[in-house]
Amino acid sequence: MPQKLFGTATVDVDAEGFMTDFGQWTREAAAAIAKDEGIAELTPAHWKVIEFMQKDFKENGQVPSIRKLNKSGVISTKELYALFPGGPAKKAAKIAGMKKPEGCV
Amino acid sequence: MKRIVILGAGTGGTIMANLLRRRLRRADWAITIIDRDNEHYYQPGFLFIPFGFYTKKDIVKPRSKFLPRGVEFMVAEIDRINPAANEVVFQDGSSLSYDFLIVATGTDIVPAETPGMLDGWRDTIFDFYTPDGAAALAEKLKNFPGGTIVIHVNETPIKCPVAPLEFAFFCDWCLARHHRRDKIELVHVTPLPGAFTKPVASKALASLLEEKHVRMVTDFNAERVDAASRKLIGYDGREIPYDLLVTVPTNMGSEMIERSGMGNEFRYLPTDPNTLRSKKYENVFGIGDATDVPTSKAGSVAHFQSEILAENILRAIAGKPLEPAFDGHSNCFIEAGLGKAILLDFNYEVEPLPGRFPFPVVGPMPLLKPSRINHWGKLAFRWIYWHLLLRGHPIPFVPSRMKMAGKKRSGDDPAPGETK
Repeated sequence: MPQKLFGTATVDVDAEGFMTDFGQWTREAAAAIAKDEGIAELTPAHWKVIEFMQKDFKENGQVPSIRKLNKSGVISTKELYALFPGGPAKKAAKIAGMKKPEGCV
Repeated sequence: MKRIVILGAGTGGTIMANLLRRRLRRADWAITIIDRDNEHYYQPGFLFIPFGFYTKKDIVKPRSKFLPRGVEFMVAEIDRINPAANEVVFQDGSSLSYDFLIVATGTDIVPAETPGMLDGWRDTIFDFYTPDGAAALAEKLKNFPGGTIVIHVNETPIKCPVAPLEFAFFCDWCLARHHRRDKIELVHVTPLPGAFTKPVASKALASLLEEKHVRMVTDFNAERVDAASRKLIGYDGREIPYDLLVTVPTNMGSEMIERSGMGNEFRYLPTDPNTLRSKKYENVFGIGDATDVPTSKAGSVAHFQSEILAENILRAIAGKPLEPAFDGHSNCFIEAGLGKAILLDFNYEVEPLPGRFPFPVVGPMPLLKPSRINHWGKLAFRWIYWHLLLRGHPIPFVPSRMKMAGKKRSGDDPAPGETK
């Protein structure tokens, strides 16, 4: 299984870089994945989104959609695109340590 | 008298009415099915209307025709479900009690979800997901002088996720046959990162798009449409100009589900993916497009769910535990033009794979690549739909749960007699 190295920690990832074991997720891992995704620093706005996604995933078993994020009041879709440019659902899910969103089935 | 109420007489609802009537004694169980009209459209036929191969008449029959004797069919508008009181409330204020409820209300396009989309509706912006939309598009295409046709998916999930690709393939072929292809640019715009998210199928479908000179714009999420200047404008600032926009707008479940307080952010019923029971209400079940289960929204899925759901309703009636038997099985013909079609067969765990279907080696249908036999399969399917599937008759050789037989994973040994 491919692995990613962050400082001294390693996490298991799939071929596209999504974490395969959420138990390995740490805030440091998130910051490192974010850097890879072109986000130099995770601001409190970023963390609000990450925390909501993790909470929602825990409750529902599915990565929340952009629509759900927008409806939740945590962040507007426009802001989401500014924070996670180029495909926020995928990017945010990666940084939050989740599997790839089910987007299209 | 106990009662099962089925909301929606489309594919899923009709099959369930047939399966349950056969298995439940009329003296003990009434079955009522409700829909807002009596027109059952064969939805896979919509694709062929814009190109003049079918008209609306060719693909519609009364819903009542497929419902068995002993099932009460009501044409009525439902205001909402009142799950705490086990009843359905109609718009005229009357109500109907149920012991078990099956939600089969499907999904529909909601162009209003994208600001500006309705400004150009049926003028330069068309859908082919409704009979009237497809018919209007046929008129437009007849006289379309040339320019850029954008084939657009607004937001996922959509029902029949391959239909936009089919439209692109079929459009390319029809225009070529009429010697109009060189005057028209075809562009496929999608929020997905590729032609499909499952890697093996995505590659196969993307290369077909390239072969047919259909440009692809991926990871595109439309914020709004500027109908006056004919542009799709993305949240990331990208703009896609068009002369004709053929769009699959955001798909959402019935507004009735929202009024009932029973839906998620898309108005879909949160449903256990393996038992098909609603996650919240013990006596409420879902089938087909109306649920939130993470597989395709497609008629084949409703068909594969139906036997399993019927079994679980019987178990629920008997107070027995439910069988978590549904595996997400979905099966799909993709029209590819040139008299050929592609067949996909997959489930929750297994992405669409190449190989042969339904039997290894013998097939006869190849998976994931265009073939004439798949095209004939797709055309023949209309008959199968009306005469076998809707009445709950099993389709030979294709069971509810997906079979790995005949499928090839990279790294697998070849099946006996097959070379890799």
